[in-house]
Amino acid sequence: MISLEINGKQHSVDVEPDVPLLWVIREHLKLTGTKFGCGIGLCGSCTVHVDGKAERSCQIPVADARGKKITTIEGLPEDHPVKLAWIKEQVPQCGYCQSGQIMQAAALLAVDKNPSDEKIVNTMEGNLCRCGTYPYIKLAIKSAAGKGEKS
Amino acid sequence: MSGIFNVSRREFLKTGALVGGGLILGAHIDWAGAAEEGSKAKSYAIEPNAFVHIAPDNTVTIIVNHSEMGQGVYTSLPMLVNEELEADWKKIRFESAPVAAVYNHTAFGMQMTGGSTSVWSEYDRLREVGAAARQMLIAAAAATWKVDKKTCRAQKGKVVHTSGKFFTYGQLAEKAAALPVPKDVKLKKASAFKLIGRPTARLDSPEKVNGAAKFGLDVFLPEMSVAVVARPPVFGGKVKSLDAEKAKAVRGVKDVVQVPSGVAVLASDFWQAKAGRDALRIEWDEGPTAGLSTPGMKDQYAKLSKTPGKVAKKAGDIEAGLSSAVKTISAEYHVPYLAHATMEPLNCTVDMRPDSCEIWVGTQFQTVDRNAAASIAGLKPEQVKIHTMFLGGGFGRRANPASDFVSEAVHVAKAAKTPVKVIWTREDDTHGGYYRPFWYDSISAGLDKTGKPIVWKHTIVGQSIVAGTFFEKVLVKDGIDNTSVEGAADIPYAIPNILVDLHTASIGVPVLWWRSVGHSHTAFVVESFLDELANAAQKDPFEFRKGLLAKHPRHLGVLTLAAEKAGWGRPLTKGRGRGIAVHESFGTYVAEVAEVSVNKEGELRVHRVVCAVDCGQTVNPETITAQVESAIVFGLSAALHGAITIKGGRVEQGNFDDYPVLRLNEMPKVEVHIVKSRKKPGGIGEPAVPPIAPAVANALFSVAGIRLRELPMKPEVVLAAMSKK
Repeated sequence: MISLEINGKQHSVDVEPDVPLLWVIREHLKLTGTKFGCGIGLCGSCTVHVDGKAERSCQIPVADARGKKITTIEGLPEDHPVKLAWIKEQVPQCGYCQSGQIMQAAALLAVDKNPSDEKIVNTMEGNLCRCGTYPYIKLAIKSAAGKGEKS
Repeated sequence: MSGIFNVSRREFLKTGALVGGGLILGAHIDWAGAAEEGSKAKSYAIEPNAFVHIAPDNTVTIIVNHSEMGQGVYTSLPMLVNEELEADWKKIRFESAPVAAVYNHTAFGMQMTGGSTSVWSEYDRLREVGAAARQMLIAAAAATWKVDKKTCRAQKGKVVHTSGKFFTYGQLAEKAAALPVPKDVKLKKASAFKLIGRPTARLDSPEKVNGAAKFGLDVFLPEMSVAVVARPPVFGGKVKSLDAEKAKAVRGVKDVVQVPSGVAVLASDFWQAKAGRDALRIEWDEGPTAGLSTPGMKDQYAKLSKTPGKVAKKAGDIEAGLSSAVKTISAEYHVPYLAHATMEPLNCTVDMRPDSCEIWVGTQFQTVDRNAAASIAGLKPEQVKIHTMFLGGGFGRRANPASDFVSEAVHVAKAAKTPVKVIWTREDDTHGGYYRPFWYDSISAGLDKTGKPIVWKHTIVGQSIVAGTFFEKVLVKDGIDNTSVEGAADIPYAIPNILVDLHTASIGVPVLWWRSVGHSHTAFVVESFLDELANAAQKDPFEFRKGLLAKHPRHLGVLTLAAEKAGWGRPLTKGRGRGIAVHESFGTYVAEVAEVSVNKEGELRVHRVVCAVDCGQTVNPETITAQVESAIVFGLSAALHGAITIKGGRVEQGNFDDYPVLRLNEMPKVEVHIVKSRKKPGGIGEPAVPPIAPAVANALFSVAGIRLRELPMKPEVVLAAMSKK
């Protein structure tokens, strides 16, 4: 059994230690907001916060997540400025990558309240969006910037 | 659920035409014509009960019969209904439709989403549905009050009498349900629209932002297994021998079953199933395509392109045109296979029982998938139920006449006798075939002494998307698959002598529609080559096009608008070039101007794209702009990066490392200008894809003097062209 703290709650899961955190979150804890896109850390759909930092959950063996605070999209407050900005700027199209985008953006704003364009691009370029919502993502991050972080 | 328009009671009564029979398809769609004129004869009955459900608490649920894959139909289609229904927009909810004939596409006679048709194909029906429902609600109120209907009006979810008394829609719903559907409904004039044409926030945004939106991959059933399938490394391959001993020993693996598409490993979860698959020992009979390679195919196509094909378009006299031309130029173009690479890899969940089969899937092809499942399960179509989930991207991949990912999952469920979710890894998805075809083009043209093109000859070589499918009968005419030549056989330019012909190659690689279908290829060739002609005529590419489009005001309109907004002809930042392209597809006219630079390493940078779009009457301008930008990003991914290549019958790409798509750091500034129009709506999901590749290629020519006649415009290709210069 492996103990995990996810979204402030303790969970015990019966899985092999090398199973990626992504699949434990999705299939064992049924937190399906975190998505599977590539499995090799190239698309960012599976992004979660590990001790506040944006990480690719498909690249983290579940055993390595022990003792860490994991936050998924479901654990980010509903009134989080990034979530609100994402609605205000009408970012999602198909929506599949957006949990990862939002988690990546929220982690950025947690450490940089007013990121430059360059910082936004450098931080977000690891998160693919096949619908091409990139201009809206930039807008939404700017819109959320400086409005106070709760994560 | 005492609300009126109760779907469940009616849906199974309405499956008529499709039950047991083959698919009924409308005639070939003349996209521009269909969008402009609308369907001449109505292919549907007005059935408010199938589309509108009003609950006692005044919540109005619109049943949406098109799949939501990013394009915003869960908002735009309810907007059409509510323009006439006059419910309180804040009370509008949406639900995906079950499979039933009443939900068939008004032009295609089957339930499906594709071809950028959702809005225009529902533009009349859903407004009529809304109007009929409104009239029934008014009739119910008038009957209760015993007053003339004319003294009642609908307003924001209420029927209000001239005296000021009112009923809410929720109060009237049950009574209205018992009334007959009005025979003829009158629709508002466009000038009276309150909702249509107004930027409207998407109804599905909140759940797509908080992680609650359920995609196919997010479905869990009690006692469900997860399966991954080992498929042949070569298209058309078969299992020769299978040793599943080691796989069965993997922790969590429950079963290994053979299905027509390969070998499925079922386990408690994905990781175990994948580990089980890794442990399979399979010997494959690779079949006839094992020798296939992209270079070989290219050579074969190139040879074919020098010979006459089946005539797709003929006007004037090619020989006479050529002999009177004072200057002729010829070129050869080619574009690669492309994967759709939806962010959500393919998946399908099936619960098969002795007398039912329930499927949860992100699909664009409900009727086809339902019928395929029924035939595999040995059930009647009405015993198969499909839950259309949110699609994590479609782009055509989830509209497969072969129902590959649904059929396979049904086979697995049938063989394993357990509810199962089949998950494709990214690599499975990329290797899975059903690509945009590889195309090869030989094209030549001649100019008269004034520099006007007087002859145009275009030979196209490639696979037919619809060959061997049930679409073949409808979409192939006189040996020509219309999707192979669309955008090439119907060029708008005033050139008197034209020949466009086609060689349909037969190669064992599965191909499919890919966002903008044939146009994704033909616009690149036509619009690039037109630039070559402008250059040969020593004319400005914009003015050159303008001079040939006098009879095509909508082409001309977007071309001029894009040029103007882009500052065509005005000085540009040093080291940058501009390119322009214009193309009509799916009833919508799009012109794009790209600003491009290139560095010494041959890397292209697209800085800015100015786009003008004429899609007729807009429904939700908010999503139109988003779709246009989306299409440009999609087209740029292909123009700069995308290529599926084959070696020894095997697809060489697998994931986003070797099949890259555009990232945020490559995103140009995109400006979208929508032409104001009251013409009937055209499509919007696809039409902005075709012009972007040629606009970029033309810009590259303008800045670097090199003409790329192949995609993608990879640095090595650019460098090779530079060194030849």
